[in-house]
Amino acid sequence: MMLALEMYRSPAKFLAAKAVGGRIPGILTGPAAPLRLVTINEPKSDKDGWARIRPILSGICGSDLGMVTSHTKLYFSALVSLPFVPGHEVVGELLEDCEDLPKGTRVVMDSVLTCAARGVEPCDGCSSGHTNLCDRITVGHVAPGLQTGFCSDTGGGWGNVMVAHRSQLYAVPEGLSDERAVLTEPLAGAVHTALRAKVEPGQSVLVSGAGAVGLFATLALRELTQAGRITVVAKHPKQRELARAFGASDVVAPDEVFRGVRRATGAFRLKPDLNAKEFLLGGVDVAVDAVGSKDSIDTVLRVTKAGGRVVLAGMPSTGADLSPVWFRELELTGTYASSRVEPNDRPAFETALELAATAPLDGIVGARYPLYRWREALDHAQSAGRLGTVKVAFDVRAS
Amino acid sequence: MSRPGFVLEVDDRTPPLLVHNGEGFLLERFPLGTRVVYPPEALPAVRDVEEAIQNALLNPIDSEPLPELLRPGMRLTIAFDDISLPLPPMKKPDIRQRVIEAVLTMAADAGVDDVELISANALHRRLTANELRDIVGERVFRSFYPDGKLYNFDAEDAANLTHLGQTKHGEDVEISKRAAESDLLVYVNVNLVAMDGGHKSTSIGLASYKSLKHHHNSHTMIHSRSFMDHKASKMHHSAWRMGEVLTQHVKVFQIETTLNNDIFGGPLEFLQKREWEWSIKDQASMLSAKRGLALAPAKMRRKIFQDVRANYGLTGINAGAIEPVHEKTIEAVHRQHLVEVQGQSDVAIMGVPFVGPYNVNSVMNPILAACMGLGYYFNSYRGNPIVRKDGAVILYHPVDYEFSQLHHPSYVDFFEEVLSESTDPATIEAKFEKQYAEDPWYIHLYRTSNAYHGVHPFYMWYWISHALDHCGDIVWVGANRKTVERMGFRSASTLQDALEMVSHSVGRSPSITYLHNPPHLLADVR
Ligand SMILES: [Zn+2]
Ligand SMILES: [Zn+2]
Repeated sequence: MMLALEMYRSPAKFLAAKAVGGRIPGILTGPAAPLRLVTINEPKSDKDGWARIRPILSGICGSDLGMVTSHTKLYFSALVSLPFVPGHEVVGELLEDCEDLPKGTRVVMDSVLTCAARGVEPCDGCSSGHTNLCDRITVGHVAPGLQTGFCSDTGGGWGNVMVAHRSQLYAVPEGLSDERAVLTEPLAGAVHTALRAKVEPGQSVLVSGAGAVGLFATLALRELTQAGRITVVAKHPKQRELARAFGASDVVAPDEVFRGVRRATGAFRLKPDLNAKEFLLGGVDVAVDAVGSKDSIDTVLRVTKAGGRVVLAGMPSTGADLSPVWFRELELTGTYASSRVEPNDRPAFETALELAATAPLDGIVGARYPLYRWREALDHAQSAGRLGTVKVAFDVRAS
Repeated sequence: MSRPGFVLEVDDRTPPLLVHNGEGFLLERFPLGTRVVYPPEALPAVRDVEEAIQNALLNPIDSEPLPELLRPGMRLTIAFDDISLPLPPMKKPDIRQRVIEAVLTMAADAGVDDVELISANALHRRLTANELRDIVGERVFRSFYPDGKLYNFDAEDAANLTHLGQTKHGEDVEISKRAAESDLLVYVNVNLVAMDGGHKSTSIGLASYKSLKHHHNSHTMIHSRSFMDHKASKMHHSAWRMGEVLTQHVKVFQIETTLNNDIFGGPLEFLQKREWEWSIKDQASMLSAKRGLALAPAKMRRKIFQDVRANYGLTGINAGAIEPVHEKTIEAVHRQHLVEVQGQSDVAIMGVPFVGPYNVNSVMNPILAACMGLGYYFNSYRGNPIVRKDGAVILYHPVDYEFSQLHHPSYVDFFEEVLSESTDPATIEAKFEKQYAEDPWYIHLYRTSNAYHGVHPFYMWYWISHALDHCGDIVWVGANRKTVERMGFRSASTLQDALEMVSHSVGRSPSITYLHNPPHLLADVR
């Protein structure tokens, strides 16, 4: 038996959470949340290549908050299996040998549950190394679930024990602290985003949002591409400071994006009639949306130059105006998780582990909570930007 | 010439004094012993303006009479000062209209039919058709504007610029092609302060950025002491050198006019009287104006002030060769504006009014407010600044966060982007000026809309660099704290607080001088 946070099906709570979620901290993780602290059976590791892991630190991701507040789209309901233990940003310790990795190895995990983990013939995505595009995430000998942390069979980082497949695991180098290692999964996502953005030398980039996704994307763009000017949209003082430390050339407030990008790129600024939102002729070569809100997406589409590229790195909400995509012939692309074979021919996790070791990431895990203080932890994560925190994590061993 | 009557020392019988404060004014009690410098009263005006104009054109200095310079088949260009002068705008008819009409009459008599009129706005905003009409008058406007023969100078129209060469200091002289290729360039000036006129008219008013950047930069401007003294101003030295090059290529007939201090009339007449001389009627007008302004919605308040038209009387008109004409102009300006002030003080106090050269029919944004106080007024001295080195300046203006997107689009960006990085003129010049000067959007708005050139806010900031360098403290009374802080200044809610704040550098009983303008004055600090 083990202690874990469990996401369970509760239509009434689902609706209640959706109604208030995100708006009133404290209530969203109060009685209405479809999450509970329980003692349950440990997940089993009886299939080939699977081993048990004891999580050490486990991050709270925006998608976790979306799930708890029921803001996640119904699109995803077919891709999870309830009840499940969330947590996919994990650094943990192997409780048993896992093929070539001996018991006791510290590992981080690529959470996508691909064909290899499911014991089925590799699909097109998996066989070409684009493991994040796997088409078999609901079949095989593992219950449906696009990732560990959304699957009822594997457990997740928010519990005392979980299981993972060898194909998901990367050994943590000696000397890399747990606080840095736990950032490997979001950093891998940022590596994927930066490389998918196909920024050519000297091109201008806008990153909308300076939460963990936006900040790490900025870092990865600066480290892995030869981007010219990187403009980051940040709301809070600490975010502005970090954006600069992570490589932003300039930082603008959300209500200053049009002004800032126009200045940075020498574009022309147009204001349509009535209350329609303005747009630029010209603008950045590449824009990365790391927020996902309608407002943010509307903005990035309107400040990207004709023929430019817009990368959706946050889970997008609906209702954005797609006129600019048509009129400006924008290339609109998404980035989900990360791949085993990235455009630089390496697994994103390997690059991410290098970044985790070298980037100025001290203090990025700004708060650690034991599992039983989960309500506080989620509240904190929900208001992280305002509170000057980038990443909140569960200290699972202290639980 | 000593005019002791214009300097008053505050004692216990002195009433509260009027202080201009943006679109309004207030009555302030100054500490005992504060020295108040009043602008001189208006000089008597020339009675027959038409006759004075004729006389100037027919009896010019170091030049043939104008009619002798005019012949059929020639190319004649008349350039004139733009809307930034005079302040506030003058009642109709504008003196420029009268002079231009006289010049055109002589040109018509001589059979000249190739005439163009250019507003010498350099990097200032284009004037609207109505604004051009206000300056040149209905008849001239209707005869020239529809055919495109009356227009704003376009410093970004490469095809219509001519590079005349370089000065011996390597400064480029690039001006309006039409002006450069004219057989005669007549310049019609209106001079309010000693900074304007002379070679500044043609070699700045009709010049491109390439030419202007040689003197409109932080180094030159910090070393121009003061702008009101063309012999001590590095900017003027440069303009004078350019003028030499220009006049080698183009025959210039310079017409300079000077105005007196008669600005406020009617219900606002009390604004140019000394408070202790206010009659019962003046006091009543003051109270009702003050109450009316306090109650009026912001829009109406703005309209009240923007509709102010000054009564200015002409004090002189001189025509002919640029330099001797300008000497006469300076004499007349000094006669009107100079006030002798004995010694510098620890603190200077100035009220910044609603209008400056760059916000006519527009909004005085924070940068313009700073420029008005620390550029215009601070530099209104001859000899030494009114405040001692490392002394304090206290200014009045609300400094609201308000910008005209139509007239000052690059100012907003300058305020948000440039000033948040640095307020040091040399630093921002090195890092940002070129980008702003060459920004295609600003250039587009400058050429097709009514926007100041992208680089203009930099010039405003360079203009205050002498004050920034000279003063120890700069405090604004009653101003928006955030906007003032962005510019590197401090704000206080009352004069007492401001004096408290500067006491660490000037002591608890500093010597104080209040410059009671407008109307304009030029402190001759001995
Ligand atoms: Zn995640
Ligand atoms: Zn697959």
